[in-house]
Amino acid sequence: MQGFASEFSSAIALILNGDAELWAIVLLSLKVSIFAVLISAVIGMPVGAALAVARFPGRRMLIVLMNALMGFPPVVVGLLVYLMLSRSGPLGVLELLYTPTAMIIAQVVLVTPIVAALTRQVIEMLAEEYSEQLRSLGVSRLASVPVLLWDARLALVTALLAGFGRAIAEVGAVIIVGGNINHVTRVMTTTIALETSKGNLALALALGAILIGIAVAVNAMVSTLSLRAEREGLRHA
Amino acid sequence: MRDLVPDRAGCLSVDGVGITRKGKALLDVSRLSLDGPGPTLILGPNGAGKSLLLRCLHGLIVPDQGQVRQDGAILNAEHKARQAMVFQQPVLLRRSVAANLDFVLKRQGLPRATRKIRIEELLAEGGLDGKTRQSARSLSGGEAQRLAILRALALEPETLFLDEPTSALDPSATQMIERMILRASTRGVRIVMVTHDIGQARRLAADIVMMQGGHVVEHGAAKQVLDAPESDAARRYLAGGLVT
Repeated sequence: MQGFASEFSSAIALILNGDAELWAIVLLSLKVSIFAVLISAVIGMPVGAALAVARFPGRRMLIVLMNALMGFPPVVVGLLVYLMLSRSGPLGVLELLYTPTAMIIAQVVLVTPIVAALTRQVIEMLAEEYSEQLRSLGVSRLASVPVLLWDARLALVTALLAGFGRAIAEVGAVIIVGGNINHVTRVMTTTIALETSKGNLALALALGAILIGIAVAVNAMVSTLSLRAEREGLRHA
Repeated sequence: MRDLVPDRAGCLSVDGVGITRKGKALLDVSRLSLDGPGPTLILGPNGAGKSLLLRCLHGLIVPDQGQVRQDGAILNAEHKARQAMVFQQPVLLRRSVAANLDFVLKRQGLPRATRKIRIEELLAEGGLDGKTRQSARSLSGGEAQRLAILRALALEPETLFLDEPTSALDPSATQMIERMILRASTRGVRIVMVTHDIGQARRLAADIVMMQGGHVVEHGAAKQVLDAPESDAARRYLAGGLVT
């Protein structure tokens, strides 16, 4: 019990003293996940909006596929990205394996379906409400997409935060494609896994506390924005 | 006075328009011609086809048969651009009051300075000055409907369709909206409005289209239709009897 107490106090000291190694890991985690979410937004939002507004054969199947991809196991995503990026894989020539870029790619694959699916839900609901009014104002189906995206902005930020929450807490995929290399690809989750197995509980606990802090902050932002979106008459279906 | 207003909206007519769903004729109007300055009020019980007819006239619904014509030509995008519509439930963008108006003014390609002046004029017209920056979704029912009407008027339409715009409003909010509608009519905007409020028809209408079961059962000058209806359906409706 005394051992745990001393590990806790060491963990707090690491955080408060601004331990360089600890904060470098936190910074890399944030960088990787923020980049991944931004790229997912650029891909997922237009795809989700297009699926909400456009009508074409196979649309329903694409929606089912996208929803299924939301629950894709991270380790399998990691394995697939590994195969793509490995020396003998189709993208091996880029030599991205075991780099932060590889981790960003893996997180993009994990987060994009979440962003796209939530965007589709939100935009479809709003499009149903706006449809006649926008047509009456002479706004075409295609031109309605930016209008809908802008008016659903609160709910869409919530979708991005949900994606960020998934990315920052992810361990399976990034450990496979990042390799958990010290000072290169070591992020919070992979460090916690490694340091716990090595018995270095102080660093693991410090990172765990920061990760929980980030998760709580993200959830608080999601709740606040959801409330505001609900007040504005828009929430996730 | 209203009769002196020039009718710039021309003749809007319906030629054998029909809509059938699951074998049931929801709308079946062989001929209807709206060529007066209006306001034209479409009156009738629930399910009479009033809103469907309005949507056909505005081109929101393409009928299964027949055509809607403007000055003899089949209704096209150019005609539709000179029309506007206000719905029973105002659909406001999730933006500020001013941004809702700016949205349509911007689409007309007006420069920023002109838009600003026009927004101020419109808000004053609808008694919404002072609410410029307020979120449109936080307006009261009456204010929201007034904003929806202002946004439609911002398009400077020749014809303004209104689908029961006051059905959920109290008398004072209704009165404000009726005044806006009459002012627009006096300025030469042709008003075509759906209602099932006989009192409202008496206050606003120049001519009345009476509908029942998807058919137009009577169309004529408001005074004539309200005081001496020719059809049994109109007589029963005006007498407050049940019409199905």
